[in-house]
Amino acid sequence: MSNVPAEFKYSKSHEWIKIEGDTAVIGITDHAQEELGDIVYVELPNVGRVLSVDDVFGTVESVKAVSELYSPLSGEVVAVNDALVGAEAVINETPYESGWLIKVKLKDAAEVETLLDDSGYKSEIGE
Amino acid sequence: MSTIESPATTILRTSLFEMHGAAGAKMVPFAGWEMPIQYQGVLPEVTAVRESAGLFDVSHMGRVRVRGGDAFAYLQHLTVNDVSRLPGAGGAAQYSLLCREAGGIIDDIIVYRLGPDEFIVVVNASNREKDLGWMRGHTAAFSDLVLEDETRETALIAVQGPKAMDLVDQLSDRDVTVLPRFGLDETVVAGIPTLAARTGYTGEDGVELFCPADAAPDLWKALADAGGVPCGLGARDTLRVEAGLPLYGHEMDEHTHPYEARLGWVVRTDKSSDFLGKNTLKAIKNAPRKKTLVGVAMEGRAIPREGYPVLSGNNGGDAIGYITSGTFSPTLGKGVAMARIAAGHAEKETPVEVLIRDTHHTARVAPLPFYKNV
Repeated sequence: MSNVPAEFKYSKSHEWIKIEGDTAVIGITDHAQEELGDIVYVELPNVGRVLSVDDVFGTVESVKAVSELYSPLSGEVVAVNDALVGAEAVINETPYESGWLIKVKLKDAAEVETLLDDSGYKSEIGE
Repeated sequence: MSTIESPATTILRTSLFEMHGAAGAKMVPFAGWEMPIQYQGVLPEVTAVRESAGLFDVSHMGRVRVRGGDAFAYLQHLTVNDVSRLPGAGGAAQYSLLCREAGGIIDDIIVYRLGPDEFIVVVNASNREKDLGWMRGHTAAFSDLVLEDETRETALIAVQGPKAMDLVDQLSDRDVTVLPRFGLDETVVAGIPTLAARTGYTGEDGVELFCPADAAPDLWKALADAGGVPCGLGARDTLRVEAGLPLYGHEMDEHTHPYEARLGWVVRTDKSSDFLGKNTLKAIKNAPRKKTLVGVAMEGRAIPREGYPVLSGNNGGDAIGYITSGTFSPTLGKGVAMARIAAGHAEKETPVEVLIRDTHHTARVAPLPFYKNV
């Protein structure tokens, strides 16, 4: 059983979203990091990039696999977790905390209502 | 109106399937078999093999026993290496290839000689049915010959790493440390009769142990109890790329001849007997090379993957080839790959670029292997 905190929102493509005022913090779920295995490389967007829902905003890679990251919300990237470069294992260790990927300034707060809650995501991953 | 039903495909399991499940392995379908991709994770498993000793269930690989008074002549005809280099008394193995008359590679194999008239040929799991068909289709001229597919009745366990020989030796009746590279001998390991061969696919020292399928779980357990770390196919693939070892379907296939796959050394065009593909391969050997297989080492942190285009680094970025296998190398801490590129760019240290998701990443042609400790 993977960890699915109740206070976050989720996407079907295994991103988690934490809403802080008008900003969304985005990362990958515990289930996603478990499926990927040891993460060794992350490619993230530049601050200022404008994302629409389902845009590919980067990739995470394990030794053997590449996984694309999909934006669950629309908005402008206002922060990127540069501390992950060279320390990608942090995503495996604490995916919901130090393993966050980007912060997006929301364009349309109503989009948040389209995201899954914890029970919705749990049923998505069969838990 | 008719309905075409595809035949029910059964996924095969090795005799170690339950052991993998009990150890928490993540299982995936591979070449028709349900195999462990990883146990604890690719990184710790690669480290175990580079620093200590890893165990691999490679029972999915095909094992064909070839015996009879014509077995030697048959294998000389079928394979591109020179079987006469293996002593008649047995006890040695050689890497070899099955090639079509037109030079394309059917499979890469290892021929183990057990005695004057007895051999085991180990083939890729993905090619077992094709190889068996090819082998059975070329027996007509050889009357004293028996081919037996022993894949299901036997198991194959690879023990690899700097501590592999000591680990096996402490469980073995005979001294396995005296075996030369590619040597083989029968020995009882942990009470189980095995054929031990000093071969492997990791760039490390070690042995591969053939044993009866029903005894494999006990042998696996004894090797694990003695300190062998179970490793999956994920670590195995990464280790073989680091070691610059080719994999069928990636570095070679039926549309590739040995000289484009760094395998020209295997082809003995000078051997006394004729063999399948000889005339074509002799002509190819003497012709100018258009494409060749090289190592590619990334300069930054991006990871090269199979199929990514390789571009010239210094004359406008012309496409010169593509990545055949790529991985993050845990041992070297960067992305490494093998690539088939235009021969004019193959000099080591030649700057090249790898196109990764629309971005050009700088790399260099690197000598193979990237890593070797045997």
